[in-house]
Amino acid sequence: MYPIIDRKAIAPTITRLEIKAPFIARKRKAGNFVMVRVEEGGERIPLTIADGDPVAGTITLIVQAIGGTTKLLCSKKAGDALLDVVGPLGNPTPIARHGTVACVGGGVGTAELYPIARALKEAGNTVLTIIGGRSKELVILEQEMAACTDRVFVTTDDGTYGRKGLVTAQLKDILDSPGGVNAVYAIGPLPMMKAVANLTRSYGVETLVSLNTIMVDGTGMCGGCRVTVAGEMKFACVDGPEFDAHTVDFDELMMRNRTYVDLEKISDTKHVCRLTGQVQEAHP
Amino acid sequence: MSAHNPLKPSERMRIPRQESIEQEAAIRSINFLEVSFGFDEDRALRESQRCLECKEPYCTDGCPVGIDIRAFIDLVVQKDYVGAVKKIREANYLPAICGRVCPQESQCEEVCVMGKKHPPVAIGKLERFVADYEMKHDLFTPPEVKEKRTEKVAIVGSGPSGLTCAAELAKMGYRVTIFEALHAVGGVLRYGIPEFRLPKEILDLEASRIKALGVEIFTNFVVGRTATIDELFDEWGFNAIFLGTGAGTPTFMGIPGENLSGVYSANEFLTRVNLMGAYRFPANDTPIKVGKAVGVIGGGNTAMDAVRTSKRLGAEKAYLIYRRSRGEMPAREEEIHHAEQEGIEFLLLTAPVRILGSSDNWVRGIECQKMELGEPDESGRRRPVPVKGSEFTIELQTIIEAIGQKPNPIIQATTPGLETSRRGTVVINEKQKTSRDGIFAGGDLSRGGATVILAMKDGKAAASAIRDYLTGLTAPQT
Repeated sequence: MYPIIDRKAIAPTITRLEIKAPFIARKRKAGNFVMVRVEEGGERIPLTIADGDPVAGTITLIVQAIGGTTKLLCSKKAGDALLDVVGPLGNPTPIARHGTVACVGGGVGTAELYPIARALKEAGNTVLTIIGGRSKELVILEQEMAACTDRVFVTTDDGTYGRKGLVTAQLKDILDSPGGVNAVYAIGPLPMMKAVANLTRSYGVETLVSLNTIMVDGTGMCGGCRVTVAGEMKFACVDGPEFDAHTVDFDELMMRNRTYVDLEKISDTKHVCRLTGQVQEAHP
Repeated sequence: MSAHNPLKPSERMRIPRQESIEQEAAIRSINFLEVSFGFDEDRALRESQRCLECKEPYCTDGCPVGIDIRAFIDLVVQKDYVGAVKKIREANYLPAICGRVCPQESQCEEVCVMGKKHPPVAIGKLERFVADYEMKHDLFTPPEVKEKRTEKVAIVGSGPSGLTCAAELAKMGYRVTIFEALHAVGGVLRYGIPEFRLPKEILDLEASRIKALGVEIFTNFVVGRTATIDELFDEWGFNAIFLGTGAGTPTFMGIPGENLSGVYSANEFLTRVNLMGAYRFPANDTPIKVGKAVGVIGGGNTAMDAVRTSKRLGAEKAYLIYRRSRGEMPAREEEIHHAEQEGIEFLLLTAPVRILGSSDNWVRGIECQKMELGEPDESGRRRPVPVKGSEFTIELQTIIEAIGQKPNPIIQATTPGLETSRRGTVVINEKQKTSRDGIFAGGDLSRGGATVILAMKDGKAAASAIRDYLTGLTAPQT
């Protein structure tokens, strides 16, 4: 079991969890993820490690409650424990000295971007951060990013905070500014990463994205996470999760990720009776 | 002839080979309960009396782990079932598993002398009977470990080779720790072999018997990621390491349409069902999608498991698509037979050309072409050759590719100096030794895809080699 040491809601539907996992805390690097199974009968889901403390033996996960499993995870309290946490998985982000780097985070993807932005800064880059959210309360980690990168830009879809519009508008301004940027790291919803890729392609700026895919084991066994990159089949879990954005077939991945949409709805709203084990629709 | 079986050889030969009790095909193809219930005591006793007690027991030579088959069957004759299972366990620590999944027909039973004129003695079913008897009556006691040793051995992977290697080393008195990447032990026995062939309850019991020897098991530990091989030596203080990580990475055919929704690797399909319990969705959270018509590509045991599973998950039509003929199928005869009984439709001498998709990116069918058998290839089987103009299309909503697996690359990529082949397998010598000092390997990781029992044979051989290695390290230098 993996105890939850601390839990904090950092935005509506977004929760930060500190989890005791000493072996993982020691080894994790920016870009790594873990597979989590909350309880018996539960799914294994991939979650990027947002932070970690090797001395305390803890890792930080920032989770948005969108499906059945993430809702359950976000409902857990300090003192509860997770059944299974395994990692660190995936290849760490290649951290190089590029010069000026733009880090673009969309929604909860900002949490995955945070350790990368910090590592890029520590490697001597000038790091410009763009945080996007649907509205003000879904803009996360602004202070943390401000503390570890050179400049933070915020955009919201509805204009309730920062610049109104999408992250790509802000990124375009940065790309057009004198000096521009030498590399872009973008993590967020697939349509956002696709838009970033299309934008930076025309500027010829190296761009890395981290892909969220369907996964069962996370160690290269199932192939559920396969994506087409540069015309080749790759497994996001062991070949990625980060890839050259300009060579990823985003459209195919977006369709693949919809495979279980209808079943996820059932799983999300189900209620399993603790007495009889029967599955019922949850009460509205 | 022993004093225990009073029958003359001619009388023994007149006893018909006993058939085990099985669920009827129509019923079992809609449930996940075990297909075969094995022998009851009467059948087991009658079958045991068929053994001719040959002076030269070829059966033992036919057994990859060298079980003293004649001796255990003699104990069955005496109704000493616990004695019989103890006898088996001297050579094979997982009798309840092997009694179910071993291909006896091409091993011990193939060379059984009775088999020359009559059906061979049902050795596998007898093995299963005594193991199940011990389980049912809760009569297991761990073998005595005579001397305790101080050296520590790490076993990477808890599949059949790892479990066997761990058991053998623990019996020799070594301190053994198993590292398993998944959340449950068993490797392919857990994620690959379905409940209806090997109930998880049996696997859990066999695993608990490994623990009863004092073996420590860490699940959720991916060697290569959570700790590297070098860290296991340097920081954890292991003196030797056995790699038994199997061949868990699926391969795909490389035909158009493989990334459509509704296309699974057999590994993903079976892992969802067996490890994650997707057949009980939504009581369990992991989903699986099975259309009205399912096509499984391949002819091995994994293909049989996948196609029979799809039938149980509600497929109205379940096809097995195989490019050679029935005789070349690598699957066990019993599995092929069971699949046929359950209404699986075999499309033989048929090779997929491309997978057809709908506008919303879902599988809608497969285009195949007919094949004919040409000259033998390097595997000795006749090579399938396409028949010109024979293309045809089948409507399918689910496609499962079961065309083989290769080793997972994580350990090889994180262990400097570990030699691998072009196929990704770890290179070993005849003593299971890898190119790195103190590291041994076996099972599918070095073989590239074989059987449970051959993996166990390797695990056993590696345990002896590790003992020799560790003894050599402590022996006085001369």
